[in-house]
Order: sequence, then C-alpha cells, then structure tokens
Amino acid sequence: MKSTILAGTGLILILIFGLLLGGVPIIEGMKLLAEGAFGDRFAVSQSLVRATPLVLAGLGVSVAWKAGVFNIGGEGQLLVGALLGATVAKAIIGFAIPLVATVAILMGSVLGGAAWASVAAWLSIKRGVNLVISTILLNFIGLQLLVFGVDGPLRRAGQSAPMTDQLPDAWMLWKPSRQTDLHAGVILAVIVAVVVGLFLFRSRGGYLLRATGANPRFVRANRFNAEAIQFRAMLLSGALCGLAGGVQYLGINGQLTSSFSQQYGFLAIPVALVGGLHPGGVLGSGLFFGALFAGTSNLSRFGGGGSYFVYIVQGLAVLALLGHRYFREQREGVSE
Amino acid sequence: MIDLISILRYAAPIGFATVGETAGQRAGVINIGLEGTMLTSAFIAMKVSIGSGNPWLGLFCGALAGLVVSIASGVLTIRMRQDQVVVGTALNLLTFGLCGMLFEKSNGATGELLSLPPLPRMAGGFDWALVLLIVMAILTGLALFRTDWGLRVRAAGEYPASLEAAGYSVMRTRLESTLLSGLMAGMGGAYYAIGVAGSFAPDMISGRGFMAIAMVTFARWKPFWGLAAACLVGYFESLQYQLQMTHQEIPKSLLIALPYAATLLVLVFSGKGANAPAALGEPNKGMR
Repeated sequence: MKSTILAGTGLILILIFGLLLGGVPIIEGMKLLAEGAFGDRFAVSQSLVRATPLVLAGLGVSVAWKAGVFNIGGEGQLLVGALLGATVAKAIIGFAIPLVATVAILMGSVLGGAAWASVAAWLSIKRGVNLVISTILLNFIGLQLLVFGVDGPLRRAGQSAPMTDQLPDAWMLWKPSRQTDLHAGVILAVIVAVVVGLFLFRSRGGYLLRATGANPRFVRANRFNAEAIQFRAMLLSGALCGLAGGVQYLGINGQLTSSFSQQYGFLAIPVALVGGLHPGGVLGSGLFFGALFAGTSNLSRFGGGGSYFVYIVQGLAVLALLGHRYFREQREGVSE
Repeated sequence: MIDLISILRYAAPIGFATVGETAGQRAGVINIGLEGTMLTSAFIAMKVSIGSGNPWLGLFCGALAGLVVSIASGVLTIRMRQDQVVVGTALNLLTFGLCGMLFEKSNGATGELLSLPPLPRMAGGFDWALVLLIVMAILTGLALFRTDWGLRVRAAGEYPASLEAAGYSVMRTRLESTLLSGLMAGMGGAYYAIGVAGSFAPDMISGRGFMAIAMVTFARWKPFWGLAAACLVGYFESLQYQLQMTHQEIPKSLLIALPYAATLLVLVFSGKGANAPAALGEPNKGMR
C-alpha cells in the first residue's frame, strides 16, 4: 500500500516536472491531461484502448527481461506481427467465416512476432550478437518491411496509396458501442496478463524462466539448458508483442498503412520497467501510460509537440525508478 | 558514382560516435544512450548554428551537449551502479521526447523547412570536421594503447579489481572515458545536422547511435578500425541513396532498410570475439 502511494505521488510529480520541461502551464496542463484521459465516456474508452497494446507488449517485454534477455525489439515484433496478420487476412479474405478469420489473423500476428523475436534470439545464442543491438536493428528493418508490405504485395487492389484492404466489420474485435473505440481486446489484455502471471509464478516453466534471469549459473548447475529457456522466453515475448500488433490491427485500424506504428512496442519497455516486470504492475502502468497517451491529445492547444510528452514522462519515470532503486540499495547497504 | 568523400561524409556521424564509444567500451561501459546523445547534440547544434549563423559554434555546442548527456549517463551507470541498458533506454526516451517537443513548439508540427549554415568546404569537398574525425581516430588509438591513461582505461574494462589494486579509481577512469564517448557522439550528432543533413528532424538519428555501438564490436574495439567500419555503413548509406535515384523499380523501403540489414549481417559474421573487454557491461562492485 505504502509503495503504491509512493509510486502515485512520484508519477504526479514527474508529470508536473515534465510539463515544466515542455513549457506547458502546469495547472491548465494537468486539467487538460485529465480531461483527455477521463473527461467523458469517449476519453475513458481512449485511455483503455491505448493501454491495451501497451499492456500486451509490456507483458512481452517483461517475460523476456525476467529471463535476463534485454528484448528492446517489441516495436519490430509488434509490426511484423501485424504484417503477418494482414497477410493471413489477405489470404483468407472472401471465404472465411467471421470468428474463425479473427482467430486466424490473431494467430498470424502471434506467429509473426515470435518469428521476428526468434531471429534476434538465434543470433544471440548461436553467433553471440548483442541482443540489445540486434533487436533495435530489427525494429528498423521490421518497420521498413511493413512499409514494403503495405506499399507492395499487400496493397489494396486498384489503389495507389500505401494501405491494405479494409477488413469486414464482422472480422473486427467485438465493440460494445459504436460511439467509442472500446473493443474486446481490452478484456483480452487483462486475461493475457492473468495467464502470464499464472505462468510466471505458478508453473514450473515460469519458475525456471525467472531462475534463469536471476542466476543462469544456478539453472545450469541443475542441468537445465539456460540458453534454451532464454530462447523460449524470447519466443513468448515476441508472441505477446505480435499479439499487441494483431489486437491493434483488429481492434482499431482494420487496415495497415505505413503510419500504423505508434511506437507502442517501444513505449512498452518503460511500461514493463515501471510495472516492475510483474503482470499486475504492467496492467497498472499500462493503464497509466495509456491514459497519459489519451490525455496528450489535448496538449496540442499549447503549441505542437504534445505527442512527445509521453516519451518525456516515460524517460523521467524510469530515471526516477533508478534513483529510487539506488537509494534503497544505499539504505540496505547492498553493494553486491 | 559514389565517391570517397561522400562515403566519409555519411560515415562521419557514426564514425565520431564509434571512435568515442570504443574508448567507453574499453573501460567497460556500453552507452546505450548514444542514440539520444546524438539527437540532443543535433538539436542543440541546429539551434545554435541557426541562432548565431556560425556552423563551427553549432558543432562546438553540439559536442558540449553530448558531454552533458554523458555526464548524466555516467553518474547513473558508474556512480550509482544502475543497469546500463535501462539507463540508456531512459535517456533515449527522455531526450527524444524533449527534442521532439521543443522542436515542434518552435517549428510547428510539420517542421518548417530548415537550412542550417553549411560548413566551409576545402578542395575536393573535404571539410575540417572530417579532418578532425581522422585525427581523433588516430589520437584515441594512441591514447588507448600508448599511454598510461589508456592502460588504466583498458584495465577498468578487463579487470577492474586490478586497477583498484594499483591504487586508481575505477569509477573515475570509467567516467573519463564515458565523457570522451559523449563528447565524440555529440560531435557526430552535431555534424549530422550541420554537415550532412543541413536540417533537423526529431527522428533524424534513426538508429545511428546503435549502429555505432555495433561498429565498435565489428572493429574489435580498435578506434581506427572503428572509423573504417563506420565507412562501411557510410558506403551502404550512400549506395542506398544512389540506388533510390538510379533504380526506381526497387521498393524504397527495402533500400532504406539496407544499412540496418548490413549492420546486422556484419554483426552476425563478427560474433563476440576474444577481444571484448571482459568486464563489459558489468557495474563495478568494488569500493570506488
């Protein structure tokens, strides 16, 4: 309880500091942020909808980091996931029945994300390529692959603009209301968070994964293959990031364009860190940053640049977290 | 055709960063925040050079901005012993957000067309910043392998305990080389804005900082080879622009991906190697 209050106060202070840095009047800025995030039914739905990919990809990042694998490539995995989802959609459009099609597309994006992550994981284990660098490079390559897809093989027939076919409404994720963007992906994200939590903390595989992250030598000494565990963690991580892309595709856009990327996969890293790499924490921090994302749409009233505000707050939040960790280490006198 | 000068010019931003980061990594610190450092200095270089009309002042202030960011990075990773990947990611996010927001505030959401004052060119298209890059690559190499300071830096990266036993401060040594890394990355970012792009955009660095880190590995932690490796990326970059003009049937997106794919491929074939500083990426556990 005490730590929640501390975190809440800290985040509010960070918001104020961020507004100061960005040159926005504080009280009005806070009011606009709050209105954009919780002002009415539409604002609340925006917050939830923006939190969804952040939570899913944040879970993905957490799984990898918990296993000691610094996956920075959530963005690339998300984009390639969405791309493979759209490829599946292109293949089955015209004859698939609605619910089956939705599931098939989601499966496609899960596979795409996992495949993209497996490239970096394989290179890291077999060739010793630094995973932080390879996943970053794969982010850029993944983005260009997406642009290539929507401007080439997947482009809508008879269109010159780079965009894929619009999916039929029946294929999209279920929406409770036509007035808001709220979609079933929000519930899916909560369910996935619970499942990931159960896996991490209540299963043998999850225990091994966490043990590998904490101390790979311990795992090896017990004759488990630490590399194989980390490889599987990367696959799971990529799959979750890919799912985030698929949910975004099926929940909001319904088609891919070259501007599909909203950097959710990248923003998911601080979401995971602030959430303490714990599924419950990721739900909370994903919700916070989703609301912030929705709120910043209002900041444009103070001159442009509001869309960058999320990055400032995220950077500050992670720095604050590091500072907190440092002072705790100091107090406990831990130098090891 | 692609001439050597344009290769060197495209290579220079990554080259500066690679040479500096080589010193940083020799001391055991991976500066993941290189990307944000380059962006910050590009931003400052843009502001100063437009404000003063003097490109050299822009380069100088840009390099100083890189130094400032690396102080933050150094305090967090070395003094406070926090994880280098997390610190770098946080700094990248923060600087991207700040530069983007301040840029859009003063230049509008689309960013009006900027044209920075160009660097005066010598015969053959050379400019003094490129000369400085080559000199710095040589000097850094000499400093690392022919001076006492270099020996201390390498000890800090190989076996920090030995440096401590000899009575030197690991923290101080690592901080010094991290500052050098920040200063050089700052030069790189500033040169990219002033000497290459002649403009600024919040997403302009687009992975060059990470490419520099990759090139340090490829060059086996040798500064001059780092410059050569950066020229390889510079080659792919100018090849990419060349192909965009001559071969319009090739999708542009695949060409843009070319330097990234080349960097990844280079890493695949260079592997980790025996030359890597043994304590690379590990926070120093000792007293100082």
